[in-house]
Amino acid sequence: MFEKAVYINSIASIHPPVSEPADRIPGTRLKAEEPDYKQLIPNAGARRRMSRIIRMGVAAATRCLQEAGEAWQPDAILTATGLGCLEDTEKFMNSFLDNDEGLLAPTAFIQSTFNTIGGQIALLLGNHGYNNTYVHRGFSLESALLDAALLLAEGKASRVLAGSIDELTDTLYAILARFGCWKNAMAGEGAAFFLLSDQPSAASAVQLQAIDMISSPEKPGEAYLHAFLKRYHAEEATILYPEEYKQYSGEYPTAMGFGLWYACHQMKEKGLPAILLCNSFLDNHSLILLKQA
Amino acid sequence: MKVFITGIGAISGIGQGGEEHLASFRSGQHGLGKITLFPTRHDVPVSEVKATNDNLKERLGIPRQQTLSRTALLGITAAQEAWQDAAIATTNGLRVGLISANSTGGMDLSEQFYPLFREDNSRGRLHHVASHDAADSTERIASYLGLTGFRTTISTACSSAANALMLGARMIRQGLLDVVIAGGTDALCKFTLNGFSSLMIVDREPCRPFDASRAGLNLGEGAGYVVLQSEKSLHKSPYAELCGFANSNDAYHQTASSPDGTGAWLAMKNALEIAGISPEEVDYINAHGTGTPNNDASESQAIYRLFGDRIPPFSSTKAFTGHTLGAAGGLEAVFSVLAIQRGIYYPNLNFTTPIEETGLMPVTSYSEQNPIRTVVSNSFGFGGNNTSLVFRQINR
Repeated sequence: MFEKAVYINSIASIHPPVSEPADRIPGTRLKAEEPDYKQLIPNAGARRRMSRIIRMGVAAATRCLQEAGEAWQPDAILTATGLGCLEDTEKFMNSFLDNDEGLLAPTAFIQSTFNTIGGQIALLLGNHGYNNTYVHRGFSLESALLDAALLLAEGKASRVLAGSIDELTDTLYAILARFGCWKNAMAGEGAAFFLLSDQPSAASAVQLQAIDMISSPEKPGEAYLHAFLKRYHAEEATILYPEEYKQYSGEYPTAMGFGLWYACHQMKEKGLPAILLCNSFLDNHSLILLKQA
Repeated sequence: MKVFITGIGAISGIGQGGEEHLASFRSGQHGLGKITLFPTRHDVPVSEVKATNDNLKERLGIPRQQTLSRTALLGITAAQEAWQDAAIATTNGLRVGLISANSTGGMDLSEQFYPLFREDNSRGRLHHVASHDAADSTERIASYLGLTGFRTTISTACSSAANALMLGARMIRQGLLDVVIAGGTDALCKFTLNGFSSLMIVDREPCRPFDASRAGLNLGEGAGYVVLQSEKSLHKSPYAELCGFANSNDAYHQTASSPDGTGAWLAMKNALEIAGISPEEVDYINAHGTGTPNNDASESQAIYRLFGDRIPPFSSTKAFTGHTLGAAGGLEAVFSVLAIQRGIYYPNLNFTTPIEETGLMPVTSYSEQNPIRTVVSNSFGFGGNNTSLVFRQINR
C-alpha cells in the first residue's frame, strides 16, 4: 500500500489500567493512569498551565521520543483527536456565560484549539517541521498514520511522531449517557504516541503495512476482512477485534491509539507474525495491518 | 505527478460564488456589519454571510426542520458549488476523497445546548450537541454530495483549510486518490468572538492589514472549497495547478508569531521549492494579513526575508471577508485561482501608511488582466502552524 516501508520504532501510551480486571459493566468510567509529569514535562510553568488532556498528550509524546533513545528531532509531528480539549472548551464557555462576555482570561480559549497538543510538542522541542492535526472521529489516528506514511514516501521525513489523545470529562459522560452510548460500552480515554520511520531501529519489531478506512452504517464483515488480508498476503494474521482492547481502554473516538499500542505489545509478547487491528466508531470503520519487521 | 484545480466554490460575507465575490472586490464592497446571528454584548464589526440558516437550507433543498450546524450549511453550500463546477459526469472508476477543515466544529449549535445543560444535565436538546465534533460537517458534506469514499477532517486553527488542500494534493501525487474536494468552513459563533476578544486582537474598527495603525482583526465566516484532480482523471481544461505546498511550525509561542517570521518564511520557501519555482517568479501573494499588529509584522518580515528587494505585489483580502479562520485557506485558494485565471490583483482595503520596520506596500486597487502566472497563498494559525500554497497557471 505504501511506497516505502513504515516501521513503528517506539510506542508510548497513557491509558486506564490493563493489569487489574476492570469491572466490565457497561457504563463504567475508565480513567487513564497518569504518570508523574515532573519527569516528562520538567518545565514547571508550562506543566501548570497545561490542562489534563494536554499534559497527557505531551507526556505520552515525550515518553515515546525518550524510549526511542535517540537525541534527534522528529521531522514531523502529527496529532489526532476526536473531541479535542473538552475541559478547556467547557471552561471557556462557562467563563463567558458567567461573566456575561466581560473581560475573560484567554488561556482556556487558546488551549481549546484542536491543534494545541501538536503545537505544544513543537514548542517544547523547538521543532519547525511539518505539523498537522486530524479530527475525524474514528478516522483521526488513521489519517495521521496515513499522512506519516505519505511523508516517509515523499522522502520529506524519516522520523514522524504521530499520536492520538481524547479525554473523558463529566460533561461528555453525561451527554453521551443521554444518547444511550453507555448501554453497551464503557467510557474511556487515553493518549498514545508512535515514532514511525522508513528505517527499522534495532528494537523495532513492527511494520505498519496497510490502513483501510470504510464509511458505512454496517461493520465490515468477515469476508471483507479476509479479502483485505489476502490482498496484502497476510492470511496468517491474527484478527484483533475492538472488544478485546476496548475492555481495557473503554470507548472513545481515538481508542484505536490504545488498540495500536496493545497490538504492538501482543505481537512481541506472543510472537505473532501479523495482526489485523479493527475498529468501529459510529459509521467510521478502520483496519490496520501490522507485521513483524 | 501534477495536481489540477477543476472546480471552485465560495461563500462569505461578500457573496456566494466566484462572480459575486469578484463584483464585491471590484467595487470595494466589504462584508462588515453588526452582529445579527446571536445576541452578544460585543459591539464589533464582523463579516457575516448574508443568509439565515433557513435561507441556506432552502437554497440547498434541505428541509427546515432538519438540524444542521451553520458550519455544515456553509460547507455544503461551497463544496457543492465546487463539485458542480468541476462537472465530473461520472465518478465511475474514480477514487473521490473529501478533505474538509474547520476550527470549532458545530459550536454554533453547541452554544444553544450548553447554557440549558449546565443548569440541569437533563436539559438541552440532544440534536443541538450531536454536531459538536469537527467531523460532523465533513460527514454532512459527504452525505449531501453522495460521496462514499475517503474522508477526513483537519483542524489547525486558522491554517486548517490550507492544510486540507495540501493533504489532498499529496494524496493525488502519491496515487491514493484521483479527485479530492478540499477546503474549509467556519461559522461565526459566540465562542470564537469571545475567544479572540479575550486575546485583545479584535479591532472595533474595520481592520487595516499591513498598515502602521492596524489594531486587530475582524472576524468573518464562510466556506471555500476546490476540486483537485490528477492529470489522468481530467475531463476538462483545468483552472490552475496546485504545484507547491508546505507547512512549517514557528515553534515560538502558542498564539503569537515570531518577530522574525521563521515559520512563515520556511512555509513559503519550502512550498516554492516543492513547486520548483524561484521567488522571482512569484507574481502575487495573497497574504494571511489578519490586521493584528503581531501577524502582519511577522509576515512582513518573512516576505522581506524571502523576496528581499524584489517583493511581488501582495495584499490581504481579510478587510473584505473578515478572518474566516478555518475556512480562510479555502476561500483564499479560490481567490488565488481566480487571480490566475483573470490576472487579478485584489485590493488591500484601509491601507495608508506602511509598517516602519519593513516599509512593505500592499496592492490597494483592484485590477484585472495583469500578467499573473504564479500565486502564493499564506495561512497561519495558532500553535505556530504556518502553511503556504503555490498556484500556477496551466502551460498551454
